[in-house]
Amino acid sequence: MSQMDLPPYATAGQRIWHYAFYVICGLIFFFLIAPILVIIPLSFNAENFFTFTPKMLALDPEGYSLKHYQEFFTSNSWQHALWNSVKIAPAATLLAVGLGTLAAVGLSQEHVPFRRAIMAILISPMIVPLIISAAGMYFFYSRIGLQGTYVGVVLAHAALGIPFVIITVTATLVGFDKSLTRASASLGANPVTTFFKVQMPLILPGVVSGGLFAFITSFDEVVVVLFVGSANQQTLPWQMFTGLREQISPTILAVATILVVISIGLLTAVEILRRRSEKMRGMSPG
Amino acid sequence: MTETATDPTGPVLAADGLPLKRSLRRALRAQKLRALMLIAPLLIFILVTFIAPIADMLFRSVENEIVADTLPRTARAIQDYDPDLGGMPSDKVLAAFTYDLVAADERKQHTRLGSRLNYEYSGISSLFRKTGRRVDDFGETYRDQFAAVDPAWEEPATWIALMADPDWVAEYRAWTAAGDAAKAARRDFAQAQPLFRLRDGVEDILPETASAYAEFARIVQVEDGDDPAAEGPWAPVYLALYRDLLHVGPGAIAQLGPEAEAMLDAAHDAVEDFAPVDLSGLYLKADKDWADPGVWGTIKAFSPAYTPGYFLNAVDLQLTPGGVAAQPEDRQIYIMLFERTLFMSLMIMGSCVLLGYPIAYLLSNLPLRTSNLLMILVLLPFWTSLLVRTSAWKVLLQQQGVINDVLVWLGIVSNSGRLILINNQTGTIIAMTHILLPFMILPLYSVMKTIPPTYVRAAKSLGATNWTAFWRVYFPQSVPGIGAGCILVFILAIGYYITPELVGGTNGTFISNRIAYHISSSLNWGLAAALGSILLAVVLILYWAYDKLVGIDNVSLG
Repeated sequence: MSQMDLPPYATAGQRIWHYAFYVICGLIFFFLIAPILVIIPLSFNAENFFTFTPKMLALDPEGYSLKHYQEFFTSNSWQHALWNSVKIAPAATLLAVGLGTLAAVGLSQEHVPFRRAIMAILISPMIVPLIISAAGMYFFYSRIGLQGTYVGVVLAHAALGIPFVIITVTATLVGFDKSLTRASASLGANPVTTFFKVQMPLILPGVVSGGLFAFITSFDEVVVVLFVGSANQQTLPWQMFTGLREQISPTILAVATILVVISIGLLTAVEILRRRSEKMRGMSPG
Repeated sequence: MTETATDPTGPVLAADGLPLKRSLRRALRAQKLRALMLIAPLLIFILVTFIAPIADMLFRSVENEIVADTLPRTARAIQDYDPDLGGMPSDKVLAAFTYDLVAADERKQHTRLGSRLNYEYSGISSLFRKTGRRVDDFGETYRDQFAAVDPAWEEPATWIALMADPDWVAEYRAWTAAGDAAKAARRDFAQAQPLFRLRDGVEDILPETASAYAEFARIVQVEDGDDPAAEGPWAPVYLALYRDLLHVGPGAIAQLGPEAEAMLDAAHDAVEDFAPVDLSGLYLKADKDWADPGVWGTIKAFSPAYTPGYFLNAVDLQLTPGGVAAQPEDRQIYIMLFERTLFMSLMIMGSCVLLGYPIAYLLSNLPLRTSNLLMILVLLPFWTSLLVRTSAWKVLLQQQGVINDVLVWLGIVSNSGRLILINNQTGTIIAMTHILLPFMILPLYSVMKTIPPTYVRAAKSLGATNWTAFWRVYFPQSVPGIGAGCILVFILAIGYYITPELVGGTNGTFISNRIAYHISSSLNWGLAAALGSILLAVVLILYWAYDKLVGIDNVSLG
């Protein structure tokens, strides 16, 4: 019997409260999910309105159209922004994952001097408010000539994504059985072979999910790119941000819908990886 | 090996004959080194791409080199000026200011400095701009009077002979000749030109003239790309010469060599009878605001290379010539903004607890299969782009938006009385509660998951009502989760920029929006850096508390 089941002897008041609690929770779930779902039908609006037209409510096919999607796929500025995002995010992810995994392996060794201090520094990009990171990077990158360049944006985004890689990979390494590397070494493998043939396959789910976090951080990031980038590096979130601030056009809803679909995909991927990793480490039976 | 066996009192030896202790220590050191080698690339990467920028920002919040860099002579001379006495500074200060200003004008730096000082004292910007146009005439009368003594004073060659290091003259000639040759042969010529050098001793005898002329020569070389030997100096250089000659003795002049001595001696004898120019009069003619001691006091107060001024501004104070004072009423906005940021973050945190607690309770008490399904409803917003969620709220909260339409349709509000839910604090709080709610639910859930259900059952079996069992037994055990969630949401909320910017209007914005404004619009980077540093300090203190309460290593994702 679950905690939430009503005992047969519950009083009327307890019953009312029990169901009221479910209703309250239902409303909160509605609050969480409705805003995201409501923009999906709105993005198929045939008019340039942000609300349901009478035709849409009547489920009249004429009330719906794909014109906002067409606008997104044909407009130069949106395509330019999409292309920029697609260029910047993978580069930042690769950088973050490469350096982050290496460091996480180092941090999981038994004797690391100043482990706490190093950890604090590596995690700091996640702690410091984005506006402060953006301000500091803007000042510093313009001093060294990186402001307004692809390299600058990629470096900044990699720095922001690194904490996620560190956290997920070290979490995977916590359950890593050290005797496996020893066994590999005793069979004559050098450390590099051991890393790629023994350790890497086992921590791969953690590395990939860290990479997904780093990717979404960069793909979704707007504050830092606003300051570190210039018009040439305008990304999708940046384009949405200016669109929302200046002339709000329904194309944004079409973009938003596409992004929601992408996040559902990523969420599924991370969830599958998490389960796989737990299974591989024998932490959960199923 | 045998030794170990035969000598039980000696140190234990390893296989290679070294003492075991040392051998172990060496192995440990190798291990540490290997770990550090693995960490080093990332550590260096983060230090360069992230920590250095933050350090740069902290540095900028106190850095104020622009005044001492642009007005070096003034910054030194003005230390004797006392703004409390009122009036203009002494001629010494004014002369130094003239040399600095004419050089800054030629380098096109005086407007930048003007706008810097304008943050501290309104009106300085236009004062600098207006006077910058005129200052190269200050001292013109002296030029005419020197020319009357000997027309050679107007010849550039006279000045080169008097001031320049003969070696420099030779080097410069060689450089021009090489440049001409390259031009004739149509080759590229990229050799750097030798920068003007003063001849030995002239700096001690004619300090102001040497300083003013050297600056002139270098500006002619670098900014204009011309030959200093072909240009007559600016009028203020004659002012400097006049002032130097008033103080110098004939013996000193003799040290400059016979040629210079002859010219300078004649001038030296004549300066006593020159008609003096009233420098303060010239400045007041350029702009009467120079009579305001506040202007000079501000220059003096901001002449050091580091200033607490930006931090004072960030808390609605200002650095005045007379010390620290409150900002004028109409400029006091930052304390209010900090308070509003804290207040709204607390409101958002409170709403997140209210909405997150029931959900976390439900999720942790349902069977795993159901709760995993419902968890998707929490994780989907968590994974959805921030911009998507903000655009959703922007669309929903509009006066012609979905929420108002539904309310009108339900008859809760009339069509004319549509609620204003956006571009104010309500909008920011609603949207940010939605955005940050998963950050409250996830830590709460992970704490509640560990509370054994047997405790509540035990309480009930001992006769506690449902409420007592919850409030006295269950709730106290969930408090660590509330603490962790609250600090996390609060840290995230006080630094938020995008959502308040888009749905906050004018009175729903945070301190971060002001920081962004100072970086991109008002260009007062120092103030932006100071506001950022204060915000950073608050976040770090909270983060430290979070670390004490939860531990950094326990940050979990999804």
